[in-house]
Amino acid sequence: MQNPTDVTYLAAELRLPTNWLDYTILAIYFVVVLGIGFAARRSVKTSLDFFLSGRSLPAWITGLAFISANLAATEILGMAANSAQYGAYTVHWYWIGAIPAMVFLGLVMMPFYYGSKVRSVPEMLLLRFDKWAHLLSSALFAFAAILIAGVNLYALAIVVEALLGWPQWVAILVAGAFVLAYITLGGLSSAIYNEVLQFFVILAALIPIVVLGLKKVGGWGGLTDKLTAEHGENFTTAWGGTGIGSDNPLGANWLTIVLGLGFVLSFGYWTTNFAEVQRALSAKNLSAAQRTPLIAAYPKIFIVFLVMIPGLTAAALIPGFGTEKSGYQYNDAIPYLMEQLLPNGVLGIAVTGLLAAFMAGMAANVSSFNTVFTNDIWGRYVVRGRADEYYVRFGRLITVIGVAASVGTAFLASSFSNIMSYLQTLFSFFNVPMFVVFIVGMFWKRASVKSGFWGLLAGTVAAMVNYFWIYKQGIIDIPSDQGANFVSAIVGFVAGAVVMVAVSLFTAPKPAEELQGLVYGTRSPGMSEAPAEGDDAWYRRPALLGWGAIVLAAACYIPFSF
Amino acid sequence: MSDHHGYSERDVQREVAELQAKSATAARIFDLRRIIGGLFVLYGVIVTIAGINPSDATLDKAEGVNINLWTGIGMLLLGIFFLAWLKLRPTPPATPEVTPEDVTGEGPGPHPGSRPGE
Repeated sequence: MQNPTDVTYLAAELRLPTNWLDYTILAIYFVVVLGIGFAARRSVKTSLDFFLSGRSLPAWITGLAFISANLAATEILGMAANSAQYGAYTVHWYWIGAIPAMVFLGLVMMPFYYGSKVRSVPEMLLLRFDKWAHLLSSALFAFAAILIAGVNLYALAIVVEALLGWPQWVAILVAGAFVLAYITLGGLSSAIYNEVLQFFVILAALIPIVVLGLKKVGGWGGLTDKLTAEHGENFTTAWGGTGIGSDNPLGANWLTIVLGLGFVLSFGYWTTNFAEVQRALSAKNLSAAQRTPLIAAYPKIFIVFLVMIPGLTAAALIPGFGTEKSGYQYNDAIPYLMEQLLPNGVLGIAVTGLLAAFMAGMAANVSSFNTVFTNDIWGRYVVRGRADEYYVRFGRLITVIGVAASVGTAFLASSFSNIMSYLQTLFSFFNVPMFVVFIVGMFWKRASVKSGFWGLLAGTVAAMVNYFWIYKQGIIDIPSDQGANFVSAIVGFVAGAVVMVAVSLFTAPKPAEELQGLVYGTRSPGMSEAPAEGDDAWYRRPALLGWGAIVLAAACYIPFSF
Repeated sequence: MSDHHGYSERDVQREVAELQAKSATAARIFDLRRIIGGLFVLYGVIVTIAGINPSDATLDKAEGVNINLWTGIGMLLLGIFFLAWLKLRPTPPATPEVTPEDVTGEGPGPHPGSRPGE
């Protein structure tokens, strides 16, 4: 799940004491990013190279890129803020809100995605349903991707302005230009290679903050004692206070957490968001594609500690952190610790890590946008049947346009920042209707060709109506935005499913022979691919990796549950 | 379906398989392990040097931990790990037309061109 809170407010006094050493570290990073772009350029020969890395990458690279595309800075700052505000409830976004869905993607859905050789998630809807479902999902996705890229860019500008003192427009143009350069040059390979690099830089940035933060607050024991004294018992548990009818700051009970976050929102995001799935589709064979989300699941289980502990630490160190009287916003948790604890040198690494994370988030959206726009919209409905070189050129052109549009959105966001944060919340559950259409289409043969479009439309409209009308107008009282998100997601899911069933009952089903490889229980030639030599090693078996991640995530809950 | 657009899974399979046969990403793309290894060794050296002879002010800020030294060493070790991995399992030579197997499973392998069942 992306960004539960709005990261666009930081306390102005958080200027970091950076010096030449920190800027040297940052400069080296930018040089390497561009270098990867130029080097990856050599590998682009066909449109498949540009949009899907020629389906050739090894699993460890696609797996780390998969997690990195999710680990945007809005996620890092947002989840730390979430922890400072709601406490250890944050673990739900990881252990129940990510791992089961990632494993499901790897074990159940990937054979369909990769085996059918589709180049994008909307293309899968074209095969299973019709061009209306395809067009609607492509358009929604392309629009959302540009918007989210712009919001990322704007959030970056705000953070860089607060921390480094650069004017907003400088940060927007510099970051936009770098992302543009490396994606236009090297396409998806360049984006993915940079994401893997970013993953390690982000780790190097967060680990020192966690270690020093814990030391300052007196270890885990000291941390929980302080938090319990100030916020009560439930603040450091995962499930305390989530009984139905009981009151907690998150405004959600165990049922909305499990169904809304754990099932609907999480499955929607992880299994049908093309910015994520694209990484797996670029893997070199079916086994590597299946292992992509599974390899990503392991770091995901532990990354929660790297973002939650700084949030909790900030809440423990400053009484009332995030409220008016402390002078800090919840989003300031990580920047505050950077300012307090990190000397020059490591500070440079941390700043580089944050900027890297912003750029990763933006690049993931831009590289999935150009693929969907070129293959699914332009190449399918506008200019068809041209030579492959034309689509590579067009992909580069649309990248330029896409980045320019996100820069525009970023500037727009700076004047309407509230509207943008609503929209971003909205898109967090735009994936949900897409997911319901997928899941019904994949498991129910009878789902008719027409039901895809209507299910998608109904689910999207229902989720919007719930959020903007029923929640925002206060028709039903839901205590927090997060709680409302969970409910909107469930509403969108149910509405989409009901409409699909209803439409299917009145329209003709798709002929059975056209459903091969698209519906659970059928097979396509791509799926029967034998594992490559070496891929049959026990530690590369998808089932073992997947169930291992589930067991590990469940075990992580134990210390937080009693 | 009367309004069926005539675009089926077989079309996608064929289109993508043709492109994949022409693609040469696997053979042409450089090995990422060298970049990660190089960058982290460089960062490790810079940050470790910053951690040699830390001033008292620096130490006080970081709760008495020489965080530059420890982070620097950590990054250096990660960098060395990637370079060692590259040394032990080098990138397979660029031979675009080969059978769909990649012995090591690491590093960008030979191109998985023709698959069984095509």
